[in-house]
Parts: sequence; C-alpha cells; structure tokens
Amino acid sequence: MIVVNTETVPGYTITELKGLVQGNTIRAKHLGRDLAAGLKNLVGGELRGYTELLTEARRQAMERMLAQAHELGANAVVNVRFTTSSVTAGAAELYAYGTAVTVERNVDA
Amino acid sequence: MREFWFQFLPILLPLVLIGLGWAVGTWRERAHLASLAVREQAAADVRVTNLRCVPGDRDVVEGRFVCGDVVIASDYFKTVAAALRNLVGGEVRAFETLMERARREALLRMIDDARRLGSREIYNVRFETANILSGNPNRRNKASVAVEVFAFGTAVVRGESREAGTIP
Repeated sequence: MIVVNTETVPGYTITELKGLVQGNTIRAKHLGRDLAAGLKNLVGGELRGYTELLTEARRQAMERMLAQAHELGANAVVNVRFTTSSVTAGAAELYAYGTAVTVERNVDA
Repeated sequence: MREFWFQFLPILLPLVLIGLGWAVGTWRERAHLASLAVREQAAADVRVTNLRCVPGDRDVVEGRFVCGDVVIASDYFKTVAAALRNLVGGEVRAFETLMERARREALLRMIDDARRLGSREIYNVRFETANILSGNPNRRNKASVAVEVFAFGTAVVRGESREAGTIP
C-alpha cells in the first residue's frame, strides 16, 4: 500500500477513486508516565514516554485507515492528514484520514 | 531555629524550583540547540518543501509517507515566566524557543525517516501541533506545559537518470 500526503502519487496515475478512509485511536497515558512528566516539567526537555506513546498511537490510527483502504480494494492512500484532540483529562485522540485510490505506474516512468 | 526556617518553606520552595528550572532548563536548552545546529548541517542535503506537487515527477520511482514527532516539556522557570508575562501581555519568548526546538527536532526526525528510505527530497511537509498537558481545565496540575509537534510529508526517490534534488 502506497501512502503519501500529496494529492497524487509521484510517478503513478490515479485510475480509480475509492473514497475517504479514516482511522482513529484514543490513548490514555498511565500514572508512571504522568509522574515522570511532572518531574520533567521542572527541568524541561523531551518527554520520551509521551513521544513513544503518540508515535505508536498514530501508527495504529494509520493502520486502521489502511485496513479500510484495503477493504475497499485500493492500493494507495493519498492526501493523508492527521488531527489530534484531547477528549478527557489525560487522554488524546489521534485521527488519520485520506483518500483511498487505485493507482497505476506511469509507463514512461 | 529549625522551625524558624520552616515558616519560609512556602516561599523558599518555589524559589528553589524556579532556580533549578532556570539552571538545568537553560543548560539543557543550550545543549539541545547545539545538537540541532549540528544535525541540521548534516541534513542540509535533503530538500524539504511544502509544495503540494512534485515538480517533474516523470522520473520519480517512489513516493512514501515520512514523519517525525517529539514531545517537549517546558521547565519550571519558563512556565512561571510565561505566567508572569500573562499579567502584562506581550511576547512570550520563553515558549517561543520551546516551540522552535520542538519544530526543528520533529523536522530532523522526519528527514532521518526519509534518509532511511534513500530519499533526499520531501514534499508537502505539514506540521501538526498539540498542547498535551496544559489547556486542559480538568487537570489538577496546571503548571505542566508540554507541546507535541508532528511533522509529516512525502519523501520522493528519483530515478538514476537525474541527480537527486535538482528541479528540472
């Protein structure tokens, strides 16, 4: 599956439009991470635990989006976008969406 | 004598925390900025643009999604300085550098991701910013400030016919 956030896949031609596909996940962080984050807030710096959590969550949202695209029989998802929103205290929603399409490689490429 | 000092604890403790935040936070920030400068120099050969289309895409062999993200926390000194700034208004310089560091770090991680794919061009780069600790009214600890920056784009690998990074 080709995933890009441009409107077309470079080197390919879109032959069929399958429609919007989306995936989301809501993640809460655990108490240990919260405590570590509290400490980090004194001295500043990267919150590695959160970075990992969000990377992993975003990957899952994307996988769900790809699963939908797969079901539609698409072989690429173009114009992928992300949004993040905090739903309740300590939980964040990660949402990925894009357009599922069928692409064919350009002959002269 | 001990009790005498204890009565100052509510005043002294925040002062100590501000001092600690300033000392360690400034040191860490400087180290991070120095590391960013070095890595940016090394990443200078990768073309990063936010163009929506790839110019001259006939010889493109691969377009792949690349991303990088980072969560950076503010230190206590910055948080207090920003809160004070809120009283009089104006530019919040303490958080400007925080955002700048997060954006540059996320961008570098995205470039690393592209490099792993053998790409030296990234198109349609977008930034997504989320305020993950503060700004939430339900939180007890309102002094926590951390920001997430997520950078993503489409990495392109050109055919061997053309040198990477040259726009036809």
